[in-house]
Amino acid sequence: MDENLKSELRKQGIVATTLQELYNWGRKNSLWPLNFGLACCAIEMIAASMARYDMARFGAEVFRPSPRQADLMIVAGTVTKKMAPQVVRLYNQMAEPKYVISMGACAISGGPFKQGYNVLKGIDRYIPVDVYIPGCPPRPEALIDALMALQKIIDKQSLTGADRPRHLQADAPSEFVVPEFGAHDLEPSQNPEVWQPPLVNISLGGTDDAGKH
Amino acid sequence: MTPENIKSEVEASIPGCQLEIVSNPSPSGQHSLRIDPAHAVAIATFLRDAEPLRLDYCSNVTGVDWPGKEISEKVKVKKLVDGVEQEVEEIRKTQTIGHLEVVYHLFSMEKKHGPVILRMRTEDRAERVHLPSLTPVWRSAEFQEREIFDLYGVIFDGHPDLRRILMWDGFEDHPMRRDYVEPDDFEYEPTAHDEVLERARQHRTVMGPL
Amino acid sequence: MSTATEPVRILPQSPANSGSDSGEGQLLEVSMGPQHPSTHGVFRMDVVLDGERVVRLKPVFGYLHRNHEKIAEHETYLGSMPYTDRLDYICSLTNNWAYALAVEKLAGIQVPERAEYIRIITAEMTRFLNHAALIGFLTQDMGASGTPLMYAFRERETILDLFESLTGARMMCNYMRFGGCRVDLPAGWLDQAKKFAATLPRFLEEFERLLATNEILMARTQGVGVLSKEFAVNAGVTGPVLRASGVNYDVRKVDKYGIYDRFAFKVPLGEHGDTYDRYMIRLLEMRESLKILNQALRDIPEGPIVDPKTKIRGFKPKPGEAYGRIEAPKGELGFYLISDGTANPYRYRVRSSCMMNLTVLEDLCIGHNVADVVVILGSIDIVMGEVDR
Repeated sequence: MDENLKSELRKQGIVATTLQELYNWGRKNSLWPLNFGLACCAIEMIAASMARYDMARFGAEVFRPSPRQADLMIVAGTVTKKMAPQVVRLYNQMAEPKYVISMGACAISGGPFKQGYNVLKGIDRYIPVDVYIPGCPPRPEALIDALMALQKIIDKQSLTGADRPRHLQADAPSEFVVPEFGAHDLEPSQNPEVWQPPLVNISLGGTDDAGKH
Repeated sequence: MTPENIKSEVEASIPGCQLEIVSNPSPSGQHSLRIDPAHAVAIATFLRDAEPLRLDYCSNVTGVDWPGKEISEKVKVKKLVDGVEQEVEEIRKTQTIGHLEVVYHLFSMEKKHGPVILRMRTEDRAERVHLPSLTPVWRSAEFQEREIFDLYGVIFDGHPDLRRILMWDGFEDHPMRRDYVEPDDFEYEPTAHDEVLERARQHRTVMGPL
Repeated sequence: MSTATEPVRILPQSPANSGSDSGEGQLLEVSMGPQHPSTHGVFRMDVVLDGERVVRLKPVFGYLHRNHEKIAEHETYLGSMPYTDRLDYICSLTNNWAYALAVEKLAGIQVPERAEYIRIITAEMTRFLNHAALIGFLTQDMGASGTPLMYAFRERETILDLFESLTGARMMCNYMRFGGCRVDLPAGWLDQAKKFAATLPRFLEEFERLLATNEILMARTQGVGVLSKEFAVNAGVTGPVLRASGVNYDVRKVDKYGIYDRFAFKVPLGEHGDTYDRYMIRLLEMRESLKILNQALRDIPEGPIVDPKTKIRGFKPKPGEAYGRIEAPKGELGFYLISDGTANPYRYRVRSSCMMNLTVLEDLCIGHNVADVVVILGSIDIVMGEVDR
C-alpha cells in the first residue's frame, strides 16, 4: 500500500496494515531474553534491565530462566571451551524464532582473553549470531542499541519468498552441532556450516606477501 | 619469627626432617623454607599446632613449573630464577631434568602473623610427580591442590578428591606448564604482529589473498 | 529448578531402603547449573537429594576459566593490570590495588600519600557497591524479585558515575599503577563524592528498614548454613563470611597496608555464623566503609599521585618473589609473583577469595533443603571471574 495513503488514512483514525507488519511488530516488541549471564557483561546486562536504563521500555525485560520460553539469547561474556557445549545446547533448546546477541569482545572473538587455551574465539563458531556489540564490557546503552538493531532486523523480515526468516523455512536447521570435550580441544573446534575462517590478506609484515599465492 | 628460628624449631621437634632456607633477594624479604616431601605432613601439623607459631590459616597454595634446561659448563651455580628463553643451545653440556614446585603461604589468624612460606619439589616433571597432600592439615588446600593437579600435573597423595577442577575431565594436558602447546584454533587478527603474524603465515593453506 | 542442560537421574538405591520400590528413600542426583537463574554466574553444583534434603553437594566450576594466569605470564607487568579488572568484575578497583600492592612489594616501590588516599576512597566505594549488590542478589535468590536489587543498583549507578568520571570506565577501571594511580582526581570530583557520601546514610537506613526485620528473610536465613569458627579458619575462609563466624581477622587491620592504620573503623563480627549473620555483616561493613570514606574525603592532601621514580614503561623488577594481599570486599585477595628479571612475570598467581570460600559450601548445605542451597551460595558471595580466573 502506498505510504502516503496510509498516513492519510491514519489521520482519519483508520489504521491500515499488513499481516507481515503486524506479525513483525508483535515479535519485535516482546523479545524475551534468556536469563543467562556468563561473565562481566552479564552485570551490565542486569544494569540495563534495572531502573536507570530500563530495558522494559523496549519489551525485553522479561528474563526467562528457561530456554523454552525465551526468544533471545544474549551471550554476555567470555565463552570458555568448557562452557561452549552448554551454550550451544541452550540455543538448541530455544524455540524458533530465536535470535542471538553476541555481547562484548569476548563473545565476539575471545576479546582480551583470546590467547587463552580454554577460551572460545567467538560464539559464532557454533551458532549464528544476529547482532554483535563491541566493548569490554559494552555499556547498557550499547545493549539497548543492539536490541533496537535487532528489532529493525525483525521489522524488515518478509514472511514469504526465498529470503523469509529461518523459522518459516521448514528445511532450515534450527539446531546445531553440540561440540564434545576432546582430549586437547573441543571436537569439532568450529562448525563449518556456521563459520569459516575469514579469508584475509596477511601481507602485513612487509617482507612477505600473500599475493604470490 | 625468622625462617632460621622456624627451621631450628622444626628440626628439633621432628627428627630426621630436612629444611632448607630459600632466600628471596627481592625487597619483599619473604624468604621461604624448602621441606622434604617425606616429612611434609608432620612438619605442616607441627607448624599448625605448635604454640609460638600456630599457623592455622593456609592462604595460598600454588604450583610453579621449572622446566629442565641446558646449562653450559661455565655456569657454576644453577640459577633457577633465570628464564628459559635465555638458554640457547650453543654449548651442549648438561641437561637438567627440571621439576615442579608447590608453594604454600601460611598465616596465623590467632597470632596475626605471617607469611611463612613452604616449598616442595617433585623429582622430575614426567613420572615422579608425587607429593604428599596437605589437605588433611589445612582444608583450604583442597581446591588449590586440585587446581595444581589440573594445571601442572602434580599428583597429591592423600588428597581426598583429586580430580580436575578447572578443565573438563577428559582433558589430557597440563596447560600451565611452560612447554604446553595450545590447540591451533587460529584465527586471523587485524592487528597481527610478532607471533600472531607468524602463525597467520603458517596458516596460508586455509587462507588466501583478498 | 535445573534447566535441561544436564540430565537428572535417579541413583541406585541406598542399602538402607533397597527393599522399597515406591521410590521412597531413593536418592536423586540433580545438576544445578551452569545455567541456573539463581547461581552467580556459570557455576554448577552436583547435588544429591533425599527428597528435599541435600545429602551431598559437589561444586563444579571452571566454566569461566579464562587463563588469566597463563596470559599474564606472557604479558608485561603493567599489561596484566587490565586483566585484573576482570577477575572479580564487580570490584575492579580493589583487584587493581591488590595487584599493584604485590608488585610494589616485589620491586620495593613507595606510594605517595595522595595516591594512598585515592586508593582508599575508591576501594571503600567498591566495597560499598559490592555489599549493596550482594544483598540485592541474595534477596533476589530468596524470591524478593527485583526490588532490593533495584535499590542496590540505583546506588551502584551513582558510584559508577563517579568511577567513570575518574577513570573513564564504568566497570573496568584499570586505574591503579605501581607506585600510585593513573590520573589525578578531576576538578570537582571530591565535592561530588562528598555530596554522594552524604546521601548514603539515608540509603543505608532505607535498605535496612526494607530488609533487616523482614520476616521472610529471617525465616529463610536464621540458622541456615551455620559455619563454625574452627572450620572456617581451617578451610581458609576469609572476608565477611569468616567474620560472620566470629573470627576477628581483617587484613586491613592485620597488615595495615596502605594507610589503613590512620582510620578509625570497627570490624563487625557475627555470633552465629549463619546466613543471617553473613547478611548482617555486610550491612554493618557498609556503615564502616562509609566512616572510612568520610574520613578519607575530609583528610585527602594535595600532592603527586604517582612515585616519580617509578618506571612505568620497561618495568623490570629484580629477580625474587612477593606475595601481596588486601582485604577485598569478598575476602583476602592475594597476588603471588615470581620475577626472573625480565619484563614478564615468571609466575603470576591469583589467590582468589571466592574460590577458597567455596570450600565450605558442601558442609554448609548438607542437611538443608535444596531451596536453601541457593540462599547459602548467595550469602557466600562468589563471582565466577575470580573463582575460575
